Amino acid sequence: MLSFENITASIHTWLYARFPNAALLLESLIVGLCVIGLFALLGLVLVLMERKVSAYMQIRLGPNRVGPGGSLQTLADTLKLAMKEGLTPDGADKFLFNLAPFMVIVVAMLILAPVAFAKGTQIWDLNIGVLYISAVSSLSVIGILMAGWASNNKYSLLGAMRSGAQIVSYELSAGLSVISIVVLTGSLRISDIIASQQDGWWLFKGHIPAIISFIIFIIAVTAETNRAPFDLAEAESELTAGFHTEYSGMRFALFFLAEYVNIFIVCAIAATLFLGGWMPLHIGSLTGFNHLMDYIPSSLWFIGKTFFLIFVIMWFRWTFPRLRIDQLLDLEWKYLLPISLFNLLLMTLIAIKGWHF
Amino acid sequence: MNKEELKARLEEFLPTPSFEEGGQWLTVMIDPAAWDTVARQLRSGGGLDFDFLFCVTAVDWRTHLTMVYHLTSTIHRHTLVVKIKLDPANPEVPTVSGIWRTAEFHEREAYDLMGVVFTGHPDLRRLFMTDEWKGWPLRKDYEDPVNMIKL
Amino acid sequence: MIQEVGTTELGELVVNLGPQHPSTHGVLHLVITLSGETIKKVEPHLGYIHRSIEKMCESLSYRQFIYVTSRMDYLSSHINNHGCALCVEKGMQIEVPRRAKVIRVLMDELTRLASHQLWWGAMAMDVGALTPFFHAFREREAINDIMEETCGARLTMNYMSPGGVTFDLHPDFQRKVKEFLAFFRTKIDEYDELVTGNIIFQGRMQGVGYLSREDAISYGCTGPTARASDVPCDIRKISPYEVYDQLQFDEVRESGGDCFARYNVRMKEMRQSLSIIDQLIDNIPEGDFQAKTKAVLKLPKGEFYSKVETARGEFGVYIISEGGTTPYRIKFRSPGFSNLSALDHMARGHKLGDLVAIMGTLDLVIPDIDR
Repeated sequence: MLSFENITASIHTWLYARFPNAALLLESLIVGLCVIGLFALLGLVLVLMERKVSAYMQIRLGPNRVGPGGSLQTLADTLKLAMKEGLTPDGADKFLFNLAPFMVIVVAMLILAPVAFAKGTQIWDLNIGVLYISAVSSLSVIGILMAGWASNNKYSLLGAMRSGAQIVSYELSAGLSVISIVVLTGSLRISDIIASQQDGWWLFKGHIPAIISFIIFIIAVTAETNRAPFDLAEAESELTAGFHTEYSGMRFALFFLAEYVNIFIVCAIAATLFLGGWMPLHIGSLTGFNHLMDYIPSSLWFIGKTFFLIFVIMWFRWTFPRLRIDQLLDLEWKYLLPISLFNLLLMTLIAIKGWHF
Repeated sequence: MNKEELKARLEEFLPTPSFEEGGQWLTVMIDPAAWDTVARQLRSGGGLDFDFLFCVTAVDWRTHLTMVYHLTSTIHRHTLVVKIKLDPANPEVPTVSGIWRTAEFHEREAYDLMGVVFTGHPDLRRLFMTDEWKGWPLRKDYEDPVNMIKL
Repeated sequence: MIQEVGTTELGELVVNLGPQHPSTHGVLHLVITLSGETIKKVEPHLGYIHRSIEKMCESLSYRQFIYVTSRMDYLSSHINNHGCALCVEKGMQIEVPRRAKVIRVLMDELTRLASHQLWWGAMAMDVGALTPFFHAFREREAINDIMEETCGARLTMNYMSPGGVTFDLHPDFQRKVKEFLAFFRTKIDEYDELVTGNIIFQGRMQGVGYLSREDAISYGCTGPTARASDVPCDIRKISPYEVYDQLQFDEVRESGGDCFARYNVRMKEMRQSLSIIDQLIDNIPEGDFQAKTKAVLKLPKGEFYSKVETARGEFGVYIISEGGTTPYRIKFRSPGFSNLSALDHMARGHKLGDLVAIMGTLDLVIPDIDR
């Protein structure tokens, strides 16, 4: 069948046969272009999805003029943003101001490396995949703080500080949830984690602690990506638009894009760890059922799971009111963190005793 | 209390009680100097308990200005109208914003639109007009060739 | 939109909020003194939409001035007009036929529902829940369509006049209102589930913006703001007008005094309005919709005051007449003016996010305050 694995393998062998010296460089170039292309595509699709989902939840239609069913709306918006004047405020620190959006985008691209899109389609299957993702995602805070500081605007700085505090706090719960799955799997490598879900997804196999981990992880990543109900720093009607107030034109487009790609990435990680990544739904020993499930291509499984989680996160935004900053931090430090710690202990106990499916 | 009882009660402590006839509620005229003490007595107990000041109006009668205070009691449900006659050249009246907090804004409005000065008001400045506005817009003799259109 | 105005000696920050808002309150300019995130003082600067309506009315006839009040509190336009018509009728001793009274009360209650719906949508949007705004407007559209058929307008409905109402009811009115009632009853339960029962929403509203009973009376607050602090001030109960004394409905009061109590009072008031409309819609008496009055009205010399209960509180019309065809002095006692004066008292010590919640529950309509 036309699977990604075959395509990548055939390109790999062709390159090494044709250009033995420059093959690695060319491969990196192709991968880089694919990643940038994926970014652009994801941005297009996700922004439109957000607008359509929000519209249907608010009893209206959303964009439906540009292109069939509004599908070219984001393209039009991106073109508009590209042609806008990119203003730099007067007293801003020019170097940091221009660097911040790139920092955020580059971090998002780096995290894409270990994510497995389909069977055999992984840019870099390193042995500490999960740790790498956790570590690199923490770097995005630097980009946000840079943006807030370099804007020379008191309220941008305030928004950036709040955002920074929020992200740093919720990273703890997210990290602990991730570790609880690693405990079950026994390995940090992404392909191992997916392979261990051969006979069922960890969400079902790990029963109670896995479900608790999953719920905490979803809450924590909603807070990490500054989405409602935790969007105090950006959607405030009282204060300015947070750290990216002073940005306009293409730089703003990069921040905007990075936000949606971040959502995709965290949902991809959640899908990989809890829902099996590209692994089809297998139920233990039912070989007939498993064989049937295998007919659906693995890339489709992955995209289905990820977009389902993205839909859930979008659903949150249009349902819940916003939390105040002190309520937000209370939630993390007083509730989510103790529960995650306790859950981790429980999970370790279960893993040692073998009380999971 | 109905009108007669209220009238009797007021005559007890008012220095020179003078009532106006023909309104739907009991209307009493008071001197500007005596307003502070009378207001405190109206507010406090003894069957009066006028705790709700619901309307403060300034009226320009061309020869004089009048402040009209509409008071009611949430306990006894009786209403009283107090009128104070002021000299248009120097319209001054003691503030009651310490007794009824709602008067703070109402008195600012009366000052802004009519020019009545409330002595003792914590923050007497213009409310609706810009701070540099000259003149008292709601007065009958107010002339503004730019903004007013005379039919 | 936020702009630093200065710093006081203690190192506190003075910021401007408004006059342009993303939320639908109108042009309210607040100058807030902040110490960190905590509010030290809130000072409203008014007058951005001051149109000197009171002065304008001195040159309008008694039939004309009523419709200027629609533009004051545009969400309770029927009720404002009603108050003015009542004042003129009081002065001229006009007896309003029963059919007109019932029609007036029906229109008032529908307006109250529409106003509370917009308040609910805007309140939820301020707090962060963006979807209820659209649901609220869908309900408002239904009410506006009903009004449009009878009165001819959707927002500033110039329908009340001294002596009764301007036109008779549209033949479809009864049927449409009944359909709307059935539809709305299911929706209001949905709203309670979606927003009122939401734990995040309750966390934002409970314990925020406390107003004690004495302060509510002292600041002159009326309407749901005062009733949430347990002050009995519903004009429809205390000094009933039209047919309110013959109807069965409760005065909704809560003793919490915080934002959540004010929110609950309005939600329950919506249900009470539904029950009032229910009692009247099948019993609209036949007869005249307007008493016979002269074309040009002249009030006798004297003073007349009438009060009605709008969606925001007590709206008072005070006419001083010198016997002519135009009033000598009119004073409109607007409910928002007094409710706003309590904002500073309620907001001190809270955070900036709480200020938005408090302003939402006060249900301010700035043209009503500025006149």
